Amino acid sequence: MSALILPAMLGGLTTGAIYALVALGLTLIYGVLHIINFAHGSLLMLALYGVYFLHVWLGFDPYLAIPIIAPLFFVLGYALQRGVIAPFSGGKEQNVLLVTLALSIVFDNLALYFWTSNTRTVAVSYAYTMVEVGPAFIPLPKVIAFFAAMLCAAILWLVINRTRIGKAIRAVAIEKRGAQLVGIEVEQTYAVCFGIGTACVAVAACLLIPTFYVTPQVGYAFVLVAFTTVVLGGMGSFAGALVSGLLLGVIEALCGLFLGETLGQIGIFVAFILILLFRPAGLFGQRTA
Amino acid sequence: MLEVAGIVAGYGPMDVLQGVSMSIASGEIVAVLGSNGVGKSTLNNVLSGIVKPRAGSVRFMGADITGASPSAIVAAGLSQVPEGRRIFPNLTVRENLELGAYRRAGARMKSNFEHICDTFPRLRERLGQLAGTLSGGEQQMLAIGRGLMAEPLLLILDEPSLGLSPLMVEEMFNLVQRINREGLSILLVEQNVVQSLGIATRAYVLEQGRFALEGAAADMLADPRLRQTYLGL
Ligand SMILES: Nc1ncnc2c1ncn2[C@@H]1O[C@H](COP(=O)(O)OP(=O)(O)OP(=O)(O)O)[C@@H](O)[C@H]1O
Ligand SMILES: [Mg+2]
Repeated sequence: MSALILPAMLGGLTTGAIYALVALGLTLIYGVLHIINFAHGSLLMLALYGVYFLHVWLGFDPYLAIPIIAPLFFVLGYALQRGVIAPFSGGKEQNVLLVTLALSIVFDNLALYFWTSNTRTVAVSYAYTMVEVGPAFIPLPKVIAFFAAMLCAAILWLVINRTRIGKAIRAVAIEKRGAQLVGIEVEQTYAVCFGIGTACVAVAACLLIPTFYVTPQVGYAFVLVAFTTVVLGGMGSFAGALVSGLLLGVIEALCGLFLGETLGQIGIFVAFILILLFRPAGLFGQRTA
Repeated sequence: MLEVAGIVAGYGPMDVLQGVSMSIASGEIVAVLGSNGVGKSTLNNVLSGIVKPRAGSVRFMGADITGASPSAIVAAGLSQVPEGRRIFPNLTVRENLELGAYRRAGARMKSNFEHICDTFPRLRERLGQLAGTLSGGEQQMLAIGRGLMAEPLLLILDEPSLGLSPLMVEEMFNLVQRINREGLSILLVEQNVVQSLGIATRAYVLEQGRFALEGAAADMLADPRLRQTYLGL
């Protein structure tokens, strides 16, 4: 049994990296716009279909689709914030919640209407190529997913901490009036953030599809874990989302190992409750009010 | 450089400003005085484009900026150091200053940065510190420094001495005079009436939505009747 633990943990890390990437998008949107984006899972679903159709129709390898899907979804996220979420919510946070929820319902049902509820998968030649990682053999796509997701997290960190727009994003997140008064376009910065968050989900979709599937409901499973990740890490915390995403991936894998594959996700929610019991603000959350 | 005519502005059903007109010439320090809640900050925010006026016009450097966006107004050279400082607490002092040049004077950021650090040596010692951990006085210096980074032509200062110790208040007024002598026009909103009138060229007194009184600052200081009625001195 113990010989299986380390391989399971390594496998869990690869899943956790995807959780982290999806959660990073969500936590960025929460941290800056102070809204909970219920459409996050549906956007992941749309991106999965996007990669799927690029593969089926145009023969694109899922990884080579990243440079197409990610910018496309950045623009989609930007446009959604500017064209739908901001105008329809009229600046009231409770309205934003309803607008993003409405968007997710619309997207899910459009997907159901156009693409049916059939489960679709992408068959890539390297899906079962195994890579030896220490004591474990891990499918190549999962290894790629891990490193690509970590690379994305690093790029995102650099953008937020080292660039002009990143500085503006951090300024708007905490002091909107001050940001306006130095000439930062607040609405535009919000839209850029929403775009970046959506692009994270798009990259996650490209990394996910070689070992996963797509249906119109696929977003739910992920968004639930992503919300858990964000809350566990501390709402709006970058490092928190990263660490708790990886952690939840490992916990899920270990629970799968001991309780059986189908019960793996129980571990996620048990860990969630236990950790919040002792750290109500999350792993990296500031203890305020 | 600034001409304000007939500004009406407010929130909800209430008009806080009911027809305010004023002007500021290049090189002046103009003080706006008035009791709490009378609408001084509202006027500043109309000038900065944050509150949209219901009537009236604002012209700056010959261009109509009524209803323009805050970023366009900063770009035109009108900056505000707001009441309550509004610095970015989660960013370092250096980043706060750099963001001051976000919309304007970005090309001369380095030299302006040096100049401001010379003006405020205490900020230079704390460039890597998070702005939220500065003392109140240091935060006020940072807010002013951030405003200056945009090389404004006109700087609005909304209660810059709020919460400062008497010694720091004195220093603040000296500083305002100093940056004015460097060529910057200033609109000063203050509760320290005597000190404000001491450095201002002209002053306006806001009462019940209108300017009840305006004139040369020295005259206001000298006139005992005005002092009593309007300034409570
Ligand atoms: N965002 C807002 N929404 C509603 N009412 C507001 C808002 N901002 C200010 N007010 C009201 O408008 C009036 C004028 O406020 P303002 O801040 O302009 O006063 P002020 O002259 O700057 O006062 P102080 O000297 O205390 O700073 C006040 O009655 C205030 O309650
Ligand atoms: Mg005020």
